[in-house]
Amino acid sequence: MTLSPHLEAKFAKLLTSYPPGRQRSAMIPMLMFAQDELGQVTQELVEEVARRIGCTPLQVEEVLTYYSMLHKKPLGKYHVQICTNISCMLTGGAELWEHASGKLRIGHREVAADGFFSLEEVECIGACSWAPAIQVNYDFHHHVTPEKLDRLLAGLRSANAV
Amino acid sequence: MAAPVKLTIDGKAVEAAPGTLVIDAAKLVGINIPSFCYYEGLTLQAACRMCLVEVEKAPKLLAACTLPVAEGMVVRTETPVVAEARKYTLEFLLTNHPLDCPVCDKGGECELQDMVFRYGAGESRYSENKLHVDEKQWSPVVFYDGPRCILCFRCVRICSEGMGVGALGIVNRGAVSEIAPNHGDHLECDECGMCIDICPVGALTSGTYRYKTRPWEMDHVGTICTHCSNGCKTTLGVRNGQIIRGNNRDRSGINGEFLCIKGRYGFDFTDHPERLQSPLMRVNGKLEAASWSVALAAVAKKFSEVRARHGSFGVIGSTHTTNEENYYLQKFARSVLGTNHIDHHRSGDVVTLLDALSGTAGSLSTTADLYERKAVLVVGADLSSQQPFLAFQIRANYRHHQARVYVVTENEVREDGIAAATVRVDKGGELAGVHSLAEKLKTESELVIVFGDSIKGEAVRELVAFGNSLGIPVKYVALVDYSNSRGALDMGLVPELLPGYQPSNQPGMTVGEMLESESLEVLWVVGANPLESAAMKAKDAFVVVQEMFLTETAQRADIVLPAASAYEKTGTVTNVTGEVQRLKTGPSTMGAKPDLEIIGLIARDMGLAAAVGPWIADKVFEEIRATVKGYSVPMAIISAGGAAHTMPVNGRIPVESRPDLIHSSRDNLFTSGTLGRYSKMLGSVMEGRQA
Repeated sequence: MTLSPHLEAKFAKLLTSYPPGRQRSAMIPMLMFAQDELGQVTQELVEEVARRIGCTPLQVEEVLTYYSMLHKKPLGKYHVQICTNISCMLTGGAELWEHASGKLRIGHREVAADGFFSLEEVECIGACSWAPAIQVNYDFHHHVTPEKLDRLLAGLRSANAV
Repeated sequence: MAAPVKLTIDGKAVEAAPGTLVIDAAKLVGINIPSFCYYEGLTLQAACRMCLVEVEKAPKLLAACTLPVAEGMVVRTETPVVAEARKYTLEFLLTNHPLDCPVCDKGGECELQDMVFRYGAGESRYSENKLHVDEKQWSPVVFYDGPRCILCFRCVRICSEGMGVGALGIVNRGAVSEIAPNHGDHLECDECGMCIDICPVGALTSGTYRYKTRPWEMDHVGTICTHCSNGCKTTLGVRNGQIIRGNNRDRSGINGEFLCIKGRYGFDFTDHPERLQSPLMRVNGKLEAASWSVALAAVAKKFSEVRARHGSFGVIGSTHTTNEENYYLQKFARSVLGTNHIDHHRSGDVVTLLDALSGTAGSLSTTADLYERKAVLVVGADLSSQQPFLAFQIRANYRHHQARVYVVTENEVREDGIAAATVRVDKGGELAGVHSLAEKLKTESELVIVFGDSIKGEAVRELVAFGNSLGIPVKYVALVDYSNSRGALDMGLVPELLPGYQPSNQPGMTVGEMLESESLEVLWVVGANPLESAAMKAKDAFVVVQEMFLTETAQRADIVLPAASAYEKTGTVTNVTGEVQRLKTGPSTMGAKPDLEIIGLIARDMGLAAAVGPWIADKVFEEIRATVKGYSVPMAIISAGGAAHTMPVNGRIPVESRPDLIHSSRDNLFTSGTLGRYSKMLGSVMEGRQA
């Protein structure tokens, strides 16, 4: 599998970031970086990572299916993750989830038809002090209300309008 | 060794080596701490929580499977608190378990059932719907029923650690975790079934056994696998005269629980539809069924007639028949028929090895040595494919004792992965490859050298000279092909040697020479198929064949006598390392007789029974023990189902070595000579079709 020069460099560095014989430690970061670039973890990528770190594709599959932040299906350009764990739930996280799901007309781990947004109901994202919190790709948004969420989504759309 | 650690388990004083786990230390005083995920010899998992025990001064229960012993530790394994914890653990394990015990293969020998019975976790507070996924078939032999799985990881570990295959993994997380095969929806592996037998519940089931019987309806017959030369014990589950499964879950035998696909599933040739069940006689050019008495009388008449005029007999023996049969056959041939034209298919140069080792003691390796010795050198053999139990021993030695493994082979082999050094050589370059390792091997404290058929004749002497030059104790294994290839040599199924490697001092023809001879009058083939790949020159020779199937050789026969398989008779066989073990009778096939009895009946019909003695396996073995060098093995070991190491001659064997006759068939995991053709299971797995 051919990787972008950027990813190739990252992978090369990762292989030297761990003590000799512990190259499989690079598995998760490799999958994360590649997913960011490719939008998903493909079977081809699984095999490529396995080959590079010296384990079997099945071992990569074990890790890949264990971690919910690694995805085998493509996500939207913006992956909206709404926390409904305890602190967020008490401060309106569940309502926020209902609102987002209704607005985008998609459910948990689904992608909108245009591929722009995808939605996921997640467990605690470590932002309880600012609950309810959501995460869009790698960005956090605090004290989110349905109105704030609407503005955020509209903003992302217009920013990307051609 | 460091001083032992003293501790108390259930009031009993225990001394154990530092680092011993509490679960193992308890076994020293006969206390069995229950566990699912802990499995002796595999890495620790600590996943099931069944082995929780109370330890004085510890604030909560601890898992005995990962807890090393400590001085003065006081452990209690069956207190009310422990029992309650185990009961709750079981309640959790049962939340999604289907409890379909009445139809489950494992019912009756299920560890989960036993534990629920023991701790009485009969009630569940879980009122939600159980998660269900449909069962999956991963190969002709392996089925997976997810809901039954308790995620102990035993299968995953035995496959990657024990077998070195790594075909199983665990995907997903939490309640929806499940075992997954290496190729999405199917397995590509050794198809050994180790995962199935090690499964404590009925999650992994076997294609040959599933839904066929209840375990208590079978007789469990511990006998020796009749395929390759490794001599694994396989416990046959026999019901109504039919073998339903093979396994070795009681870990009896030299192989512990190890079995490959052949030992576990390759028994199905016994009730193959083409199995011969009646003698056949050639009438007007066609083979027609005949009664035993008529067929035996015809053989006896012909043998007597040719014997009377000192005609030429040729006898070809088998690599699967018992020591008793081989001994009896050569005795019959030599003393009654007066011929020394007796041979079999030779697959390893044991003769030259024994000769080269003359005058040394303890130079023959056992299968246990491969697990215990500090270093192993593999020369010219793909062990994982051709000698799977030997490979398993070496892998276990590497895992448990950090053995250094050296590999000199033509192609890549699985042992490369655990090797301290690997040398790739061209065909015929094995010895040079071995010499290139001299400096490394000299740093070892001991060594076992395992060599295949590329090392024969002078090369064996050179290899032994090399071993001697290392200045360390070296043991050897000359690889041979089949379940009693070694026994055939030991019992003198060769023209140049009598039983016990005594020179016969009388010229006799080899297999090839018999087939080439134009003057041969009778060819008697007992359990071999020489005409599979060769033609027979003596067109008019009278051919008698004792066989299970109508092989190429049997098709040429004038009289075919249906023989019992190794699973249907008693007697002993000698494995590749010279360990003698006893066969036990499992099922029986109507119409077929053990070869020993057939030979005896021929002698009787010739009126010469007294010359060969009774055709009773135990009687013949008594004679072997008394007369064949190296076979004076302790009867107590043999009778108890153990393996006794034979110590053949310790002196020169003054015969011309015939390396030109030595060819290994190089059967892989999915082939087994002629026998393999009649095993539907061996032929059904995709790996077998590719090979």
